[in-house]
Amino acid sequence: MDTNNTSRKEFLASLVTTGLVLAGCSSKKTPFETGADESVKPTGEKVKLLSVDGEVIEVDKAFLKPVPNLPAISNSEERKGIPGKKFVMVIDLSRCKNLRKCQAACNHMHHVHSNLNWLKIYPMDVGEKTAPYWQPTTCMHCDEPPCVKVCPVDATFKRQDGIVLIDSDRCIGCRFCMAACPYSIRVFNWEKPDTIPEELCGQPYSCETSVPQKKGTVGKCDFCPDMARKNELPHCVSACPNGTFFYGDYNEDSVTNGAETFRLSDLLKDKAGYQLMPELGTKPSVYYLPPAARNFPFEKGLENDKEKI
Amino acid sequence: MENSTSKVIDKNAIIAPLHGNGTKKKGALTDEEIISDLLPRKFGPLGMIWVGILLCFCAVGVFAYILQLKNGLIVTGMRDYASWGIYISNFVFFVAISLVGSLITAVLRLTGVHWATPLTRIAEIIAVSAITFAAIIIIVDMGRPERFYNLFLFGRLQSPIIWDVTVITTYFFISLLLLYIPLLPDMKILLATKEKTAFFKLYKFLGSFWKGTHLQFRISKKAINILCIAIVPVAFSIHTVTSWLFATTYRPGWDSTNFGPYFISGAFLVGSGAVTVAMYIFRKYYNLKNYITYDHFDKMGKIVVMLGLLYLYFNVNEYLIPAFKMKKPEEGFLDSLFVGDFAPLFWSAILGGMIIPIIVLLFKKGRHPFPMFICGIMIVVGAWFKRYLIVTPTLLHPFLPMHNVPESYKHYFPSWQEWAIACGSLAGALLIVTIFARIFPIIPIQETLIEQHEKANH
Repeated sequence: MDTNNTSRKEFLASLVTTGLVLAGCSSKKTPFETGADESVKPTGEKVKLLSVDGEVIEVDKAFLKPVPNLPAISNSEERKGIPGKKFVMVIDLSRCKNLRKCQAACNHMHHVHSNLNWLKIYPMDVGEKTAPYWQPTTCMHCDEPPCVKVCPVDATFKRQDGIVLIDSDRCIGCRFCMAACPYSIRVFNWEKPDTIPEELCGQPYSCETSVPQKKGTVGKCDFCPDMARKNELPHCVSACPNGTFFYGDYNEDSVTNGAETFRLSDLLKDKAGYQLMPELGTKPSVYYLPPAARNFPFEKGLENDKEKI
Repeated sequence: MENSTSKVIDKNAIIAPLHGNGTKKKGALTDEEIISDLLPRKFGPLGMIWVGILLCFCAVGVFAYILQLKNGLIVTGMRDYASWGIYISNFVFFVAISLVGSLITAVLRLTGVHWATPLTRIAEIIAVSAITFAAIIIIVDMGRPERFYNLFLFGRLQSPIIWDVTVITTYFFISLLLLYIPLLPDMKILLATKEKTAFFKLYKFLGSFWKGTHLQFRISKKAINILCIAIVPVAFSIHTVTSWLFATTYRPGWDSTNFGPYFISGAFLVGSGAVTVAMYIFRKYYNLKNYITYDHFDKMGKIVVMLGLLYLYFNVNEYLIPAFKMKKPEEGFLDSLFVGDFAPLFWSAILGGMIIPIIVLLFKKGRHPFPMFICGIMIVVGAWFKRYLIVTPTLLHPFLPMHNVPESYKHYFPSWQEWAIACGSLAGALLIVTIFARIFPIIPIQETLIEQHEKANH
């Protein structure tokens, strides 16, 4: 997002919209809803404003109230995605020691319910004569997403930049997508998330930030498109001290973990990258690099694991 | 019960289109006797207790649902892995049981089987009440029921849920018409006999336009024929689509091309079981021994055996073939069914819900009313648990390990709210059937009269 755009949005956020009261968590109103508060008496003093559509409109001053946290972009923009992009992730399994910093950062930034994780780290291939490893698992943002296929109301959708998102304002909570996802990545807000700060509750939901999560709807890893718009990396990528996660653009053929940048095709070729369960035909956007020549032994990660394996 | 002799019945008006003379043959029943036998009657003390119990169950169910609305689905035992529980299996059960309406009414009618005529209305009301509660229970399962309208605002044709909504709605209306149209001549009889009953206005509202003319009979016969043909593909669709809710996913135990016929055969079996139970109860408590005879039980018993064997065949396909291969993702799932956590339930459902009833009903004495009743109950209860075994164990065996989640996420046992709502919905379905039988004749009077006259004239 360029600076011009930001200042325009700040201007809009400070001025725009009619006197609409956002009364805490219970309010379902969004700042885009029309219909002024009837208790406000017009003063007769008019103010010229720039509307969201770019038209100049005149509004009585009495109806003006600043709206906190106006969503940066509209729902239809969020559903389209960032033009020209195709986001991918590469996860280098040889670097993971189950520190769970990625998970903590993700949960914190998305205010995920304390029982749930969007990013899961599985101990894989645990057996006697196998070589176990830790597998951080995000949403695969499949190019043939089984979850999107089954959603009856288009609440979960695939964008042109490859990201699969959830519109929590539309989700009916049927959980068909959870049954359909072979990676079991989706979680459900069985109750109101216990981690949402009060001031966020009244904020309108944004598909790109996936905040605030709502009771009775499905949530999952969103590939942080809000960060991508700011030219920043997803929270998990920047939180990992070992540089396990690489994020980037398939079209640009480059991925980065912040410190190192690779040509995607070379990285996948050199390290024999693979996808999870490719035989299902879901065409994941997340690639794994095999846990060869590891930085840490598997046992190192057991210290951070709450559960016995 | 009304005293038949005190009623003056305009017999000619009732059977006018038949030109029947109503003469009494030896052993045959007169029209008056038939009508007075089959008229709906007030609840006795037993009926009152029955309705009271059902209402209690419904009330507890509603209370539990209010709690769920308030607190969210957290009140259920469902969690991220077992994200569908007994609500969904109950839904599948209701859809399954509703299929019997199409079997008894349409399939038997179209194939020229006439002995089942007295059973059509029982089958049809079971279908209507079950499909109603299937729709209700699916809304109960939703995390955001208040957004139900989104299905119509934003519905996407590629989702099997939309297919399900479409075919279930269609099936509901066809079933309702198949219940209503054959009821019209009976409504005329009710209007002629029960002048001052509480439901007089209802009968008048629903059926006063029915004069019983030749034209009306011809139209209604044609309509019923069209509906009977239409309902067969719709009935197949509702349960096939319901099976596709599972079969369109990748999960072990659901990822099966066998699922459509497997569900349909199971549905016909449980529906026939339910009709058998209803036959026994109505026969006993409404004194319908002359109308639901040993012969009916015998023939229903044979149908149940055939359907049971069919369902067993699909079960062999469904479980033994994957077990032969024991693919890695299927292994844990099959183990849990055959020897693991779900084994007691699984083998009870297979033995009690299929194999034992099939064996019992193979014998002529097994097809007497009482053993049929017991077998029917075993089939229905077995089928309910079978649906549970189709839904839940699969979800508890995902491809990736269940790791680092709260312990409650790794198992599923329904909470009391879920039990209350599920029982409430079952009670509600029974209540609809009970109240229907209170208001309308549960055995079609007009059609019984016609059959009697045909018998008399031959």
